[in-house]
Amino acid sequence: MGAANTDNHGDDHVCTCRPQPDDLRPTREILERYADQAGGLVPVLQEIMRTYGHLPRPVLEEVARARNLPLSEVYGVATFYAQFKLQPTGDTTIKICHGTACHVADAPEVTVAVSEELGVRVGGTTDDHKYTLESVSCLGCCGLAPVMVIGEQTFGPVSPKQARLLVAAHRGGGPAAAEAAAGREGTGETTTDDAEGEGSA
Amino acid sequence: MIPEAHVRIEPDGLDDQFRIRICTGSGCSMNGAHDVADTFERELKAAGIDDQYKVVRTGCHGMCQEGPVVVVDPEGVFYPRVRQSGAKRIAEALAAGAEPLSDLLYVEPATGEHVVHYTDLAFNAKQVRIVLRNCGHIDPEHIDEYIERHGYEALRDVLTAGEPEAVIETILASGLRGRGGAGFATGQKWRFARNAPGDQKYMVCNADEGDPGAFMDRSILESDPHSVLEGMTIAAYAIGATEGYIYVRAEYPLAVRRAGIAIKQAEERGLLGDNICGSDFSFRLHVKEGAGAFVCGEETALMASVEGRRGMPRMRPPFPAISGLWKQPTNINNVETLANVAWIMRHGADAYASIGNGTSRGTKVFALTGKVRRTGLVEVPMGMTLRELIYDVGGGIKDDRPFRAVQMGGPSGGCLPEALLDTPIEYESLIAAGAIVGSGGVLVTDDRSCMVDLARFFLSFTRQESCGKCSPCRIGTKRMLDIVERITSGKGEEGDVELLERLARHISSASLCGLGQTAPNPVLTTLRYFHDEYDEHINGGRCRAGACTELQTYSVDPELCTGCLACRKNCPVGAISGKAKEPVVIDKDRCMKCGACISTCRFGAIRRS
Repeated sequence: MGAANTDNHGDDHVCTCRPQPDDLRPTREILERYADQAGGLVPVLQEIMRTYGHLPRPVLEEVARARNLPLSEVYGVATFYAQFKLQPTGDTTIKICHGTACHVADAPEVTVAVSEELGVRVGGTTDDHKYTLESVSCLGCCGLAPVMVIGEQTFGPVSPKQARLLVAAHRGGGPAAAEAAAGREGTGETTTDDAEGEGSA
Repeated sequence: MIPEAHVRIEPDGLDDQFRIRICTGSGCSMNGAHDVADTFERELKAAGIDDQYKVVRTGCHGMCQEGPVVVVDPEGVFYPRVRQSGAKRIAEALAAGAEPLSDLLYVEPATGEHVVHYTDLAFNAKQVRIVLRNCGHIDPEHIDEYIERHGYEALRDVLTAGEPEAVIETILASGLRGRGGAGFATGQKWRFARNAPGDQKYMVCNADEGDPGAFMDRSILESDPHSVLEGMTIAAYAIGATEGYIYVRAEYPLAVRRAGIAIKQAEERGLLGDNICGSDFSFRLHVKEGAGAFVCGEETALMASVEGRRGMPRMRPPFPAISGLWKQPTNINNVETLANVAWIMRHGADAYASIGNGTSRGTKVFALTGKVRRTGLVEVPMGMTLRELIYDVGGGIKDDRPFRAVQMGGPSGGCLPEALLDTPIEYESLIAAGAIVGSGGVLVTDDRSCMVDLARFFLSFTRQESCGKCSPCRIGTKRMLDIVERITSGKGEEGDVELLERLARHISSASLCGLGQTAPNPVLTTLRYFHDEYDEHINGGRCRAGACTELQTYSVDPELCTGCLACRKNCPVGAISGKAKEPVVIDKDRCMKCGACISTCRFGAIRRS
């Protein structure tokens, strides 16, 4: 989650909660855990993605060495699966579903709107490293097409206009603001009740 | 050692409270179902009836569109789109012993009448729920709730009887076929794996549901994971496997989590792991998370991925039953297939086979999406016609627009026109018509969907997901996509259709795996039934549905335009000119048809045609 990544842990510099690409300690810990597991390469890379946010080259080299594999094979696996990224991604990833139901419900137009709002193309990351925009295959919420996911919040159905507003709200005030912009009742801390402010997004 | 027949499988800690069942599937959660559940808990307590009513967070009811969905037992009163305020009122009404709140009830769009009970919904009238028997009824994170609905009894009885061969006979006699798409006889598959020589055998559940528009496997794993676990354990016993994997798609975090919880709880109860139910049968189960590759739904690619390699398919034979995971005999079944198993063992093969016709028996779960009134997850008996599925279960086309086509089976399937709506849902009859039962994605389109664009959509999907191992698929899908894109952008040429057909034949016959072999299907079936639309694009430069961007033109209605110039400011290519308070003009040569002006205009003055 984006919000958790900007905490200052009292160090001299602002901690991003992610190790530096050449810090191999977390990698070694992960490798240790999967050392005995047959077929462990994919879960190792998944853990590294969760820890580092991407797969830095020094880390991949360490994985190849430790698992006794040619670097080419590790690189082959790293580039085969959509989940693995060789470049750092933004704090928050915005995914727009391009499953069939979303496609016929104007997902391409939603993508254009969000892409304009963020000023990046699909696959790109904003200059401030806050957002990465992705187009993904079916998320399995077809009844709510078209669907957009900001970080871990799912919205649907969204019109291009609403998508733009939600992204702008998130940028201004984080997940809670996006939630509010969608006209939803709060998540987590439940208030006693609110009036019939039915969600329109 | 044969387990004692009286091995106790009884639910613990379930009280005699009435249940308020709140769907917390992906769709309803998105719309605040957890907040609604919290409100119920608080208000029941406030009203002093929390000892009578219990809030149960269930999996999917199938009516994702109407979420958050609430069902209040014992009568099964159904409330759609419940908000926190509604939850409070319902709780108060329960405390007062009042009648169901009519203003919160569901209104059947066809009749305009209120429906009180969940079972009376038109959506449910023609459904037969075997696979989805527990979805929406139980809390998927509590094994006792599954056990209370006769869960794990089939497994216990199978282990008590101690005859794996008899299990295979029952599954064969039920007529169950693979629900993942290929439709191979499940019992047959088990027999191959059972008869294959090998010390270590594996049982794998394929939950890499990748077809865009299909979400039944996710829903089953999220709503009733134990039904899959029980089916897998019975299968493992039948074939003699002691180790198993559930391979779940990375995009389904909740399914991954719930499968993990279910495994842990089943192990604690001795229903999984070593010496299951006190027998000498052991089965250890692991969850493997996919990393995002559609081709991993293909069984040989899936196994490569479990082994930690690039998920690329290989030639068959040898089939997985002979040489699968780590070269050992392996049986792979889809989630929905496995969710049928315990029901069949408990009710008998005849009960299952009595549903459906010919070679298609039992039920099939479909993800009904697109332009139907009631989208969602439905389970219908085999043999039902497409018309019944779309009009009776789905409620017909949204906004009463004309039906255009129904797409079945996603990127491997086909589009059928209105004339074929009376085709029964059966493996063979759908193939003859040009579609497939497939994994169960059903997309209904109206007159605003372009069939050429839909073919382009699926091709661009398969092109992107092609693993690149064999040239017919890697290069062929790219070439086909180039041609279809040429057509949808108005640059189609004479002979393009023939070229597409020829390429399609080569790709189908020469590709290594199912992905490539079926990739041309969306093009072939749209050519078969919607040839005129291809002609219009190629010869007339026209898209009747208005869906192909490059064939659209944008214009300004001078009556509605106020000259606020908001569109001029927002046009990324400077194609809009005009003075303040005068109607603007769009330069058609410069316009890139991005639609930014339409989404900016507050007066609806910009038209797309």
